[in-house]
Amino acid sequence: MTTATPTGAPVAGPPGPAAKKAAKKAAKQRRSGRFDVRERPELLLVPGVFVVLIVLWEFVIPLFVDDYVLPVPSRIVESLWSQLTDALFWGHLEVTLRESLIGFVIGVGTAVLLGTAISQVRLVEKTLMPYVVAFQTVPKVALAPLFVVWFGFGLTSKIVMAAVISFFPMLINVIEGLKAADADRIQMLTVFGASKLQIFRMVRLPSAMPFIFAGLDIGIVFAILGAVVGEFIGAKEGLGYLLLQTNYNFDIAGMFAVLVVLSVLGLLAHSLIRFTQRKVAFWAEESRVIAA
Amino acid sequence: MSLRAPGRQTSPATAAGTDTDAWIRVAGLDKTYPARRSDPTVALQGIDLSVRRGEFVSVVGPSGCGKTTLLKILAGLVGRSEGEVEIAGTDVRGPLPQIGMVFQAATLLPWRTVRQNVLVPVEVQGLDKEKFGRRADELLEMVGLAEFANSYPYELSGGMQQRAGICRALVHDPAVLLMDEPFGALDAMTREYMNVELLRIWQQSGKTIVLVTHSIPEAVFLSDRVVVLSARPGRIAEVIDVELDRPRELSVMASDRAGIYVERIRRHFNATSVID
Ligand SMILES: Nc1ncnc2c1ncn2[C@@H]1O[C@H](COP(=O)(O)OP(=O)(O)O)[C@@H](O)[C@H]1O
Ligand SMILES: [Mg+2]
Repeated sequence: MTTATPTGAPVAGPPGPAAKKAAKKAAKQRRSGRFDVRERPELLLVPGVFVVLIVLWEFVIPLFVDDYVLPVPSRIVESLWSQLTDALFWGHLEVTLRESLIGFVIGVGTAVLLGTAISQVRLVEKTLMPYVVAFQTVPKVALAPLFVVWFGFGLTSKIVMAAVISFFPMLINVIEGLKAADADRIQMLTVFGASKLQIFRMVRLPSAMPFIFAGLDIGIVFAILGAVVGEFIGAKEGLGYLLLQTNYNFDIAGMFAVLVVLSVLGLLAHSLIRFTQRKVAFWAEESRVIAA
Repeated sequence: MSLRAPGRQTSPATAAGTDTDAWIRVAGLDKTYPARRSDPTVALQGIDLSVRRGEFVSVVGPSGCGKTTLLKILAGLVGRSEGEVEIAGTDVRGPLPQIGMVFQAATLLPWRTVRQNVLVPVEVQGLDKEKFGRRADELLEMVGLAEFANSYPYELSGGMQQRAGICRALVHDPAVLLMDEPFGALDAMTREYMNVELLRIWQQSGKTIVLVTHSIPEAVFLSDRVVVLSARPGRIAEVIDVELDRPRELSVMASDRAGIYVERIRRHFNATSVID
């Protein structure tokens, strides 16, 4: 774009299509680098290490350790297969899933509401923060026996456990996230006449997104942990119960099979949340997110 | 965007805060920032300044002399310690809707596209989305960002982001435009282009503009008056009427008369400190 001044002298216009092309090219290079092994050796190294460990475990460990103390991978896979083809196992899985998810939603939902109130209302913050800090130091897992006494052997006690344990990391992240908004951005909106609510919606909430997703990520893993711990204390179904059963029966391969299932569950939940994060909070801004 | 083109061939030379014709009126303004540990910072002291409706005033001064503070006080973002500040007869106690501001950093929202960013004032003030949407597109076209309307800020260079910030300040057609070193991030060519465009917008719309800049030639080229601030605490060292004919073209900067203005302003900084 060239604009003529009244004298006819052309004035350089701002960059046009050329700049756009360059930007696209850079993006393309970034994309193709994603699967280039020379740039990312971990693409080979991570699975490589896995294969080496499995081979060592299958063929070398049995020379030193008794098979029924530490079963070889092939036996674990066998046991896993027999579990996966057993309807009873799917029942246990469903129970644990239900406990974790309901607990997660309750814990995380409460944390969002309370965290918003704490971060936005000074009086609420002043009143509640001492309690938050005090309860945060309580080892939540140790409360599981109490919950079983209070809420019985059914699903409720596990749901409460999952909720309580996923609540705190989410709460802390929501509070920090809603305070993390850049002061310049808030000033910018203020100049244009934005209300407190508009500032909250247009700047504070989006700024908190990376924190909220960090909270969800930790929260979902913790919720599964909470449900399983609850089942350890007292339950008649669920993967935690199954884990204890296999343990009583000295079915170590069976235990490993359940552990594999629990790990895959955690991994799936984590991936789902990361996937959602990339869709929802796509702008990938640098931020100091709380780890736990 | 063509409202009125007021003739400003001659530039009346009143500078004192007693001007009754004043659209922006600052009188006896002091600003002190309290500090917890050290002494409080006196940012501005005894500022008297009147800007007429439709006038283009630039502010230059050394780094840290309170230029940004002055603009933020006019914008109603920062409270004053002492004195009077009025815009269009209204005592400034908070942001006024007839103000548009361009910030030193572009301050775009990374979760909004360029167009959505430009429309922030429209959304916030509940204006007609369709009507002002067309205006946003015109402005983006003007600054050469039409193709990037649906891109996100992280896909833009710093200079492009700054140009989007300028569109955002203009989109709701504010009567007063406050600009804090808006062209600092632009390369020389784009900067000259933006200077010419800004003059064109100003001439067509009759906006009142207060521009902070670290470029003395830019201040001379654009302004009716240049306010020179002294080093901290910022006081008005001199107010210079730039009596170059309008409309101005870039070639005017090669003239002796422009050179004399530039020299006169520069003299203030040779002795004191680096200009920001
Ligand atoms: N929010 C603030 N709190 C305390 N001091 C400030 C604040 N903003 C600016 N200052 C101080 O006021 C002085 C003027 O700042 P500023 O207006 O940003 O100057 P300029 O824009 O001319 O460089 C500086 O010494 C700066 O450190
Ligand atoms: Mg400044």
